[in-house]
Amino acid sequence: MPTSPVLELRKIEKAYFGTRVLKGVELSLHAGEIHALLGENGAGKSTLMNVLFGMPVIRETGGFSGEVLLEGKPVSIRSPKEAMKLGIGMVHQEFMLIPGFEVHENIKLNREPLLGLPVRRVLGRSLDLLDIARMRRESRESLARIKLEVSERALVADLPVGHMQFVEIAREVDKGDVRVLVFDEPTAVLTESEAETLLGVMRDLADRGIAILFITHRLDEVMSAADTVTILRDGELVSCSRKDETSIPEIAERMVGRDVSTEARTGAGHAPSADHEPILIVEDLRVEMPGEEVRGVDFTVEKGEILGIGGLAGQGKIGIANGIMGLAPATGRVAVAGEELRLNSPKDALGRGLAFVSEDRRGVGLLLDESVEMNIAIPAIEIHGRFLRAPFLGPFAPVDRGGVRRHAKEAIADLDIRTTGPTQVVRRLSGGNQQKVCLARALVLEPRLLLVSEPTRGIDVGAKELILDRLRKLNREHGLTILMTSSELGELRSLCHRVAIISEGRIAGILTPDDPDVQYGLLMSGGTL
Amino acid sequence: MSDHLAVMLERAKDGVRSFGLARWIIVGFLLLIWFIAGIFTDNDLGTLLGDCLVRSGMNGLLVLALVLPIRAGSGLNFGIPLGIVCGLVGGIFSLELAAANPFGLSWLSGVESLSRGGSGFLIAHAVALPLSALLGLGFGWLLEKVRGQEMMVGIYVGFGAVAGMCVLWLKAPLTSPELIWPIGGDGVRNTIVLQDYYKWILDSWGEVSFGSFAPGALDPQGNAPAFTRSGGFYLPTGLMLFWLGACGLMAVFLKTRLGTALSAAGENPEYARSIGIPVARMRRWSIVISTMLAASGIIVYSQSYGFYQLYKAALWMAFPAVASILLGGASLRRAGVMHVIIGTLLFQSLLTTSLPTVNSLVQNSPYREGLANLPEIARLVIQNGVILYALSRASRGSR
Repeated sequence: MPTSPVLELRKIEKAYFGTRVLKGVELSLHAGEIHALLGENGAGKSTLMNVLFGMPVIRETGGFSGEVLLEGKPVSIRSPKEAMKLGIGMVHQEFMLIPGFEVHENIKLNREPLLGLPVRRVLGRSLDLLDIARMRRESRESLARIKLEVSERALVADLPVGHMQFVEIAREVDKGDVRVLVFDEPTAVLTESEAETLLGVMRDLADRGIAILFITHRLDEVMSAADTVTILRDGELVSCSRKDETSIPEIAERMVGRDVSTEARTGAGHAPSADHEPILIVEDLRVEMPGEEVRGVDFTVEKGEILGIGGLAGQGKIGIANGIMGLAPATGRVAVAGEELRLNSPKDALGRGLAFVSEDRRGVGLLLDESVEMNIAIPAIEIHGRFLRAPFLGPFAPVDRGGVRRHAKEAIADLDIRTTGPTQVVRRLSGGNQQKVCLARALVLEPRLLLVSEPTRGIDVGAKELILDRLRKLNREHGLTILMTSSELGELRSLCHRVAIISEGRIAGILTPDDPDVQYGLLMSGGTL
Repeated sequence: MSDHLAVMLERAKDGVRSFGLARWIIVGFLLLIWFIAGIFTDNDLGTLLGDCLVRSGMNGLLVLALVLPIRAGSGLNFGIPLGIVCGLVGGIFSLELAAANPFGLSWLSGVESLSRGGSGFLIAHAVALPLSALLGLGFGWLLEKVRGQEMMVGIYVGFGAVAGMCVLWLKAPLTSPELIWPIGGDGVRNTIVLQDYYKWILDSWGEVSFGSFAPGALDPQGNAPAFTRSGGFYLPTGLMLFWLGACGLMAVFLKTRLGTALSAAGENPEYARSIGIPVARMRRWSIVISTMLAASGIIVYSQSYGFYQLYKAALWMAFPAVASILLGGASLRRAGVMHVIIGTLLFQSLLTTSLPTVNSLVQNSPYREGLANLPEIARLVIQNGVILYALSRASRGSR
């Protein structure tokens, strides 16, 4: 192994709107090595890649500080195209392929060899004819290099998902002078045997002198394929070590590790008030939610407890609440207080006393151009027929504006919603205050089970504290049962009585907040206890 | 004290601003035309103002028909000609009852009196409303299939309905000599005079007129819609009450539980679904009510106009209505009753007054032939301009 690195990132710092997401990250990549980059969601991996590839979003938000060195020389990469020219390629998690094109067309797209006809002098390169024979030959060679037995004439749309991933790789390999190749969670969509083949291909490529940066969540893959392991957490470099010097538990602990003990915890294990009476029983719930698929979960929520659902993004934790509430197509069995819930019917779920604070605040949670008071009242009007002046008129009953106003004022005072008044349009509120409105509109339904998804995503610290505190208080003082989904492990561990960790659409395990970090880390990265 | 004044000034400013620049320009333009008409031409300003009201009342229901589809999230309902042809069918049905053997059915004879006066107007509605509800249901179903392209599909549904009816009019089994072509054969005439049936049945209810009022006088140019009331201010009390009453009912409806659900479905379908509102059904109902309002709208329009116009007359009727509500301040996503009232009054007043004013201004000019087209050109520019403007700002709010 050569002593000087091919690619070096030095003291990379980046802030989005005052929030520091990268705090002096260092990374060096040597030719012929597979370097695993690990970290939770939000640890800064994507931002680091955006810096490396010169994505416009970095420049538009004020650029970054630090140095990128390629073979010892500082380079400034201002666009993905420049990165490509310098020999830095990427295999994307979502396929960047055109389904209606054949494999060889996809591999050569925008880099097609031309015939060099005389017309080029007159009409320019863009109108020269493609050298299709050469395109096919070279594509075939690239496919062979990664041991993919697929005709270069096949339509990408007809390929199995696993093969599409390999076509992506073939395209990067085909670029010839590629020196650094980034794999962004390449095995996420592959079957086990495909994943094994892929790791083999990666090894092959590395042996040929390409430096590989391997972003993944699966620790067993790291242990089987990587040479070096770098861990990021909250934008900071936690450690960079040789694989043989570390172990899965150590990695898991370093990924998750944070000082949770300082935060006030609700309590471990079952809620003190709980009488172990199940209020929600979920059996074999499967939810088809794009990007958050749930592949069969079973769990029980006991009356009076706060059950947390955690896990990495894309593993399916978001799908569970949406499936129960009927917002995403679901199958399985869900019972609320002993009665079977009709799936895929928001109305039935709401009618049985479930209320939902959606993770998609602006998309699902609010009517952005309506007033605060109407946003709070509309669900109660539609579901319980509250706030109506002559309820016997059914759908033609006029809305009781006075009652709506009175209730909104109470909610504004209660949740400390910062607004100019109940008639202010919700769009003008800050994220935190919008979230408080979402909470208010769920609470007005007087639910017996409150489902809360990502309650603190994208809101300021003050509002965060208030919302978490309010949830805790609702649980403690009013005995409200809460099913809370969050990407913030610390938040879950501080608030919940039990935390279920979701991995690959299934429950990897249910932990108590006091369980050690290493167990959380292991469950989140596809391991078992 | 000055604080108080400042607050009032600020309020006034807000009011002015919320009315919108575009509307102020139109109002200014309208005032200018009225000024010119009053000073420089021999048109009677009172007559012009009366005509403005009549025109607005005539078109008002067709504009009101657009409110619900916008609120339910289907955009501008360019398909109102579908409702219009239903209204015409109802109208023609009511007139046919005056024949010796209506539809050639002897057992129906002797109901001639039903076709005249208020009962004729009601019968026209009794036929038109269920028919339009039925077709509206089908139209709503179709729009659900082409979600996202409602406006374009609506335009073609409107065109298709009118064109299809052209065939049916030719084959309609009618017998009344006042309906069928005078030369004989099958089919209905192009234009049917309502003079002996229910012309002005609404307009004349509680009517108020100042100055000389001479019904029956024809437009001297012959090209303009025949406003047969001339010479003095005329308030079509019944017509205005009918229109404003319908607007009032709509305003109340929008404040009910159903109206709230419908608006929520339009503003954010995801949100509506999450609280159990059947979004597709809301959109379908909005189209049904819209089509029914259009059907009633054309009957009201015709009783005031004095004629039923068949065949291709309904082809372009969606466009002035759409322009009116947009001019009133509605957007593709938000519309209210005030937008209907303001927009209809502005747009129709502009049309009604600019034509005679320009005509009298240019009558001594050697270029009068060309210049006389100015108001029509201005109408097309305003009408299509305002639609284009609204479409280009599809994702934003009003103004």
